Amino acid sequence: MIKTMDQIFVLLQHWLVSFLPAGLRPAVSVLLSVVVIICLFPALFALTTVFERKGLARIQNRLGPNRTGPFGFLQPIADGIKSLTKEDIVPASADAAVHFLAPIVLVVAVFMGFAVLPMGRNMVLADMDAGLLFFFAMGASTELSVFMAGWSSRNKYSLLGAMRAVAQMISYEVPLLMSSVAVVMITGSLNLTRIVEAQNQYTLGFPHWYIFTPWGFAGFVMYAIAATAETNRSPFDLPEGESELVAGYHTEYSGFKFALFFLGEYLAMFSISGVGTTLFLGGWSAPFSWLGWVPSWIWFFSKMFLSIFVFIWLRGTLPRLRQDQLMNFAWKFVLPLTLLNLMVTALWRFLGEGWERWVYCSAILVLAYVGMGLLGMRGGNLGPRRYRYAE
Amino acid sequence: MLGEGILKGLAETARNFFLSYVSAERLTTVEYPERRIAPIEAARVFPFLVYDGPDWAAGLRCVSCQICEKECPPKCIFIEKSKDKKPDALGKPQFYPARFDIDISVCMSCQICVEVCPFEAIKMDSVYELSTTDRFGGLLLDRQQLAKPNTYYKEIHPTEAAKVDARLAAEKAKAEAKATAAAAAATGGV
Repeated sequence: MIKTMDQIFVLLQHWLVSFLPAGLRPAVSVLLSVVVIICLFPALFALTTVFERKGLARIQNRLGPNRTGPFGFLQPIADGIKSLTKEDIVPASADAAVHFLAPIVLVVAVFMGFAVLPMGRNMVLADMDAGLLFFFAMGASTELSVFMAGWSSRNKYSLLGAMRAVAQMISYEVPLLMSSVAVVMITGSLNLTRIVEAQNQYTLGFPHWYIFTPWGFAGFVMYAIAATAETNRSPFDLPEGESELVAGYHTEYSGFKFALFFLGEYLAMFSISGVGTTLFLGGWSAPFSWLGWVPSWIWFFSKMFLSIFVFIWLRGTLPRLRQDQLMNFAWKFVLPLTLLNLMVTALWRFLGEGWERWVYCSAILVLAYVGMGLLGMRGGNLGPRRYRYAE
Repeated sequence: MLGEGILKGLAETARNFFLSYVSAERLTTVEYPERRIAPIEAARVFPFLVYDGPDWAAGLRCVSCQICEKECPPKCIFIEKSKDKKPDALGKPQFYPARFDIDISVCMSCQICVEVCPFEAIKMDSVYELSTTDRFGGLLLDRQQLAKPNTYYKEIHPTEAAKVDARLAAEKAKAEAKATAAAAAATGGV
């Protein structure tokens, strides 16, 4: 029974496919998985928008949307109808073909990332050997669509937003990859399923998740920072800073194309949280060995939603960075620490089992963090800024 | 320590998040159509015309001097002066507005008309539910729609209205004293 619940979607797929002639089965089974992914994640996106709005409201002691349906939970349907019925305006001087393609390229590239994500035991669409590489390749191609959107709109805000977005995404891609390389060094595999299986072991009932190791914790924090910047979420939302750039690269998009950009952004957040979960939080494995009877997909999705909640929490807390702060942070703080983390990971690997590696690795990372912090804050002018207008 | 401020901020927002479900006084939102806040005395929306007595047409304080029309920055007031004169509150024959229109789609609620009016005839209203399905005719208010009794003015702006009433009473008393003096002088002269 426990086994059946765990594998229910896999069994359902096998049962559905079994009605077909043998020749068609592989193709239809893949198609089924694709349809499920394409339906499920936009549905989760709709749910997330309303949870985000309500959560942000509560963080600011407001009520949030509560008029549409019970407790406002039909709000995404109202938003969807609104964006579907809006006029689709393309600026007269825009490059119409590129302008049209940009949102499609974004959504397609983001959806491709879900192909390698193990959402439960045996629940992965394409179990690629280089799954992590594939995921990051797909994640990087969203930059193309962002620049396509900004360039083709022929609007200065769009172009500025796109340039900021590209600069930011390329800068933060380096720490994003570097922090995941640590996991690959320990696991010895780029296959995401194998990475989860390596973490799905228990000592005294506690799991071997990588976040519970010094290098894994540091890697996870760096991954989270880079992922926030990569998905253009606050406090790294400069590309669409509405107080500066109207709406950034999607200023000139309206109606359903705008909705596609919105969707792509949230899907990127889901997939990057999913990969973060897989790399550091043990993917679909249970947090304690005695909780192993809960279906694996429940664990994956609850961990993913926990990450989403942290994204929302950060958005409700932190103000937006300035462009120079953003770049300094990426190149002068996060990148050196990720490089150091790679060395610490190697040290961890070669010190072997024992307590020494815990002490040495933690000490190096803590010292580096404190040292970098002191070095970075040495300037001293971190207090409230004094504004001097026409003194 | 680096990152300390971020953790403090996160703790603060988490406290807001959880306590907003517990204590109702944290939530400042008033859910408008069902609930509303008590009227605020200093609130001002669009101007209205004050009249004394029971009949709005007879009691309008406006003497059609057109100062407000000239001073209005967005030019939303339109006044047509009457040809004849009618006695005002003090019994003095005065002109009256044959037409007095305010286009509230143009009005910017600056209160300059109120400041310049020498007759205390135009004041700021606090009614804000003025939406209409007709954006041209519906938002052009004529003198009948603008006319509101002095009792209403006392109700919405009690402090200000008390001062205005005292001033008007003093003026009236002065005028009456002058009239009696003039009458006495006239009788004395005879």
